[in-house]
Amino acid sequence: MFMKIFLLLIVAVALLIMFVIGIYNSLVGLRNRVANAWSQINVQLKRRHDLIPNLIETAKGYMQHERGTLEAVTNARSQAMGAKSVAESAKAEGMLGRALSKFLVTVEAYPDLKANQNFLALQEELASTENKIAFSRQAYNDEVLFYNNKIQMFPSNVVAGMFSFAKRDFFEIEDSAEKSVPKVSFGN
Amino acid sequence: MAVVLGTLGWVIGMAASPDPMAGVFGLVIALIVWMILAMVSFTGGDAILLASSKAVPVTKDMHPQLFNVVEEMAIAAQLPVPKVYVINDPAPNAFATGRSPQSASIAVTAGLLGRLNRDELQGVIGHEMSHILHRDILFVTVAGVMLGAITLIAEVFLRGMFYSSMGRRYSSRGKGSGQAQAIMLLIAIVAAILAPIMATLLYFALSRKREYLADAGSARLTRYPEGLACALEKISQNTVPLSVANKVTAPMYIVNPLQKEGMKLSDLTSTHPPISERIKILRSMSGASFIDYSDAFKKTTKLTAPIPSSALTAEKPVSVRGSSSPQTSATAKSQQRSIGDIMFKTNGFSFVNCSCGLKMKIPPNFTASQVKCPRCGQVLPIS
Repeated sequence: MFMKIFLLLIVAVALLIMFVIGIYNSLVGLRNRVANAWSQINVQLKRRHDLIPNLIETAKGYMQHERGTLEAVTNARSQAMGAKSVAESAKAEGMLGRALSKFLVTVEAYPDLKANQNFLALQEELASTENKIAFSRQAYNDEVLFYNNKIQMFPSNVVAGMFSFAKRDFFEIEDSAEKSVPKVSFGN
Repeated sequence: MAVVLGTLGWVIGMAASPDPMAGVFGLVIALIVWMILAMVSFTGGDAILLASSKAVPVTKDMHPQLFNVVEEMAIAAQLPVPKVYVINDPAPNAFATGRSPQSASIAVTAGLLGRLNRDELQGVIGHEMSHILHRDILFVTVAGVMLGAITLIAEVFLRGMFYSSMGRRYSSRGKGSGQAQAIMLLIAIVAAILAPIMATLLYFALSRKREYLADAGSARLTRYPEGLACALEKISQNTVPLSVANKVTAPMYIVNPLQKEGMKLSDLTSTHPPISERIKILRSMSGASFIDYSDAFKKTTKLTAPIPSSALTAEKPVSVRGSSSPQTSATAKSQQRSIGDIMFKTNGFSFVNCSCGLKMKIPPNFTASQVKCPRCGQVLPIS
């Protein structure tokens, strides 16, 4: 009799441990997905920084009278690249985004520049990168929502508390101008 | 559909022999036929489909915008970037294939690339990406193969009947069982005629549901339902049917490639929901989430949207973004020209622009490193 209860207890404990291991592993998986989504954003931001020098270089010859607009973009870029903290970087990237959209609006007034194949290719790359930044932020927020839900819901919240899985913050855009993706137009 | 397949096998088996085991035997045969076809399509189905649609794999320099849009949608859906194919056909259409998101492919026609602007292309690619995300490709493959198996078995049986009845000599069998046999034979013939029709209707009904779901997914991924709505509008204005599509591959495409202009198909026999309805739903969405699509669907059709409730509960509001393409429409001539350019490029042609304004198309087997402009006589290097 005693043996039977003892065996039953062992089985119960073993099942419980396996259950906890399963939840723990899924939490780790989700946390890694969040981290991956975050690094995706940074990959795209890096790509934006890499594209700008070429774009400005190509535009320079055509836009002598727009020195201010070009410099604003270059300055915002170097500020964004030199940002130390996440908050600082978010602010600088927002500024860069606005400078870029202003630049791309100005471009509309230069038909010669818009006929330049090289510039058109760069413009398409930049537009795509802007979209990718927006989509990867959206994807990051989706992952964070899923991960936070898992941490707060029973029974996974117990396991999350035991191994101190911390809630992640959403990517919020503080400025309303930044909320819409910069307008890049493709006149043909 | 599996029931239709099984019943067909059983009835044919029963008709072939009075032994009750024959029915089971027929059922097993039907399942084996299905399994063989399913195995073939799982291992090489996407390759077969792409080859039969004459899709050509393309690199990024062929059409950078297409590649960028595919990458954007892959990021939004958090899937690996699928392989990209172009079908050299002036009819605008697109499809996705592959048995898992890891081995998926997206194919678009040259006509689609030439007609749509960036936002519209994004809507279409978003639709295809949702098919990949929802594993619709797997569904289409399994169901499509089952439809194929049913059609095959029915066809073989009916033809067999036709030929064997011409030279048949009735053997001296017991009268009672002969009569039962004759009745069973009659049932089998009816079943063989009806089964493919029923299976087709079922297949089409399921396929229509999946199309709505992919539309909802596209709106959510792009956050811009208007893009897909405009794209569908443009595609529906097309009058050329897609020559590489057939009855079985039709449900794979974003719009039915076989439907001709002005031809009204009844709801039951269509693989796709009516385009006008799809556009209306997309345009009446107040946001870009599944919930918004579901609401818009209810408003437009007075029916419940074919979106699983699990997708609706785990949703937070998704706002619609602004347009990124100018609203100017290209002229028909320039569209035709860009479609032609894309088709030349897919065939391996390269382009050389002369300063006199002439654009030369260099065929892939042209080996010289320079070409002389036929209009102004300038000698230009081929890059």
